[in-house]
Amino acid sequence: MNTIGFNTLLKKELLRFWKVAFQTIFAPIVTTLLYLVVFSQALNSRVSVFDDIEYTVFLVPGLVIMAVLQNAFANSSSSLAQAKITGHIIFILLPPLSHIELYLAYTIAAMVRGMIVGLGVLIAATLFIPISIHSFAFLFVFALASSAVLGTIGIIAGIWAEKFDQLALFQNFIIMPLTFLSGIFYSIQSLPAFWQFVSHLNPFFYMVDGFRYGFLGVSDVSPWYSLTFVIIAMIICTGITLVLLKRGYKLRQ
Amino acid sequence: MTALSINAVYKQYPNVKALNGIDLSVKRGEFFGLLGPNGAGKSTLINIIAGLTKADSGEISIMGHDTKTDFRAARKNLGIVPQELVFDPVLTVREAIRIQAGYYGVGKASYDWIDEIIDKLMLSDKADTNMRALSGGMKRRVMVAQALAHKPPVIVLDEPTAGVDVELRRSLWQFIKRLNNDGHTIILTTHYLEEAEALCDRIGIINHGELIALDSTAELIANGIASKSRLRLAIDNNERPLPDSVKHLISDLSSEAELVFEFDRSQHSALDIIDALRLAGFIITDIHTEHADLEDVFLSLTSKQSS
Repeated sequence: MNTIGFNTLLKKELLRFWKVAFQTIFAPIVTTLLYLVVFSQALNSRVSVFDDIEYTVFLVPGLVIMAVLQNAFANSSSSLAQAKITGHIIFILLPPLSHIELYLAYTIAAMVRGMIVGLGVLIAATLFIPISIHSFAFLFVFALASSAVLGTIGIIAGIWAEKFDQLALFQNFIIMPLTFLSGIFYSIQSLPAFWQFVSHLNPFFYMVDGFRYGFLGVSDVSPWYSLTFVIIAMIICTGITLVLLKRGYKLRQ
Repeated sequence: MTALSINAVYKQYPNVKALNGIDLSVKRGEFFGLLGPNGAGKSTLINIIAGLTKADSGEISIMGHDTKTDFRAARKNLGIVPQELVFDPVLTVREAIRIQAGYYGVGKASYDWIDEIIDKLMLSDKADTNMRALSGGMKRRVMVAQALAHKPPVIVLDEPTAGVDVELRRSLWQFIKRLNNDGHTIILTTHYLEEAEALCDRIGIINHGELIALDSTAELIANGIASKSRLRLAIDNNERPLPDSVKHLISDLSSEAELVFEFDRSQHSALDIIDALRLAGFIITDIHTEHADLEDVFLSLTSKQSS
């Protein structure tokens, strides 16, 4: 393994988002907190999801994991797409870096950004809303696995997109709907049977539901079931990404 | 000892046969020039050497390491200056070069060497400047530095002086020459034939995906198709008929005061032509001879292949 090469690529990917932290860290934290303010003001006294749990307390874990997912995806997808479109991807294709090293560096950097933004949202939210953690282990494992899945999907999107327009298409027509329809703002128990069934097909639902279990100790489905589903999603996405990177799909002619 | 070995490399794009069985080897320490018109296959070949493009068949090794089965060692021994002016907009000059060295597995141990190349490429005062703020010429120099950051024994420069001003071109020439003198093998593709003629020990000319000439620069110019010379004679009394022995060698009759002959040095000599004209009563007031240069060789070979 090219350890120094891998470490350098990881460091560079971390540096890439850290240098523009206002755009990549602070802006998403503020945006997510705005959701919290608006939804808590509008719905807190009207909506009850689980017994004895206020809507804002229900909402916070969903918003935290939403921030984790969206930023993990944004990091790897935008980094790769920008490098490809502007041509400086050549600097990582020429050196002796294997497809596994490329995969790990981009995924870990995406996970780190997702976790930092998620942590930022959580810390800011706890200043206003009393939040307790039921299981730190579940919370951490779901955050880790979910950010890895989205970081990996981000790599696939970055490899596939030939222009920023296509990346926006991936973001707005796949990631955003799957995120918003995953039970961040509501429990799927409140949906009609058909939409409950559809929600069970959405892998993001399991990420949100399992992560929320880490905070509240209650969930729509068993956290173990969710974890299994998330891990299967991770294995599938990782497999696809490694094949694409090894073949040099849309990277090497 | 071979620095670069290319063996029967083929590449077919949907509508174009880009490379049609290229065989080539470059010795260690050599300064090799790869020439060819646009679309000849030069960049495809360079990209295959670099691992950016996959060949349909054939093998390439760099310093004895196969680019497919031993890609890590092959790439470690290779530094590439790409043709396109590309840069990571997030990084400063020093970061870009250090990071590039890191990708090749060279860590902090390379920092002194990197400072040295920054200095040699006259980038010291811009070392902590963001890449976006640099001029085109400066960016080109950074790309050269990035290719050298891991001290590769084989360096490929794909049109490194395209679009740069004369001063920078000259300073890059000097720098590349120095690298070659220090033992680096240099493979240069260029559109500037003057550049190849001035720098390269040996030249390969590629056209329509085939290597149509491969020889030392001097031999290429001196022999075969390149053995043509041009003789310009200023004449005082040009109204006379030309002697039969030189009539077929005339190439330009447009000027009354000048006769221009083109001839193959293996069959004729300038002296024979001058003697024949003097015997015929021509009064020669000035003599000027021109030997073929690389441009003549290049044009002659590529046009011959096209026809």
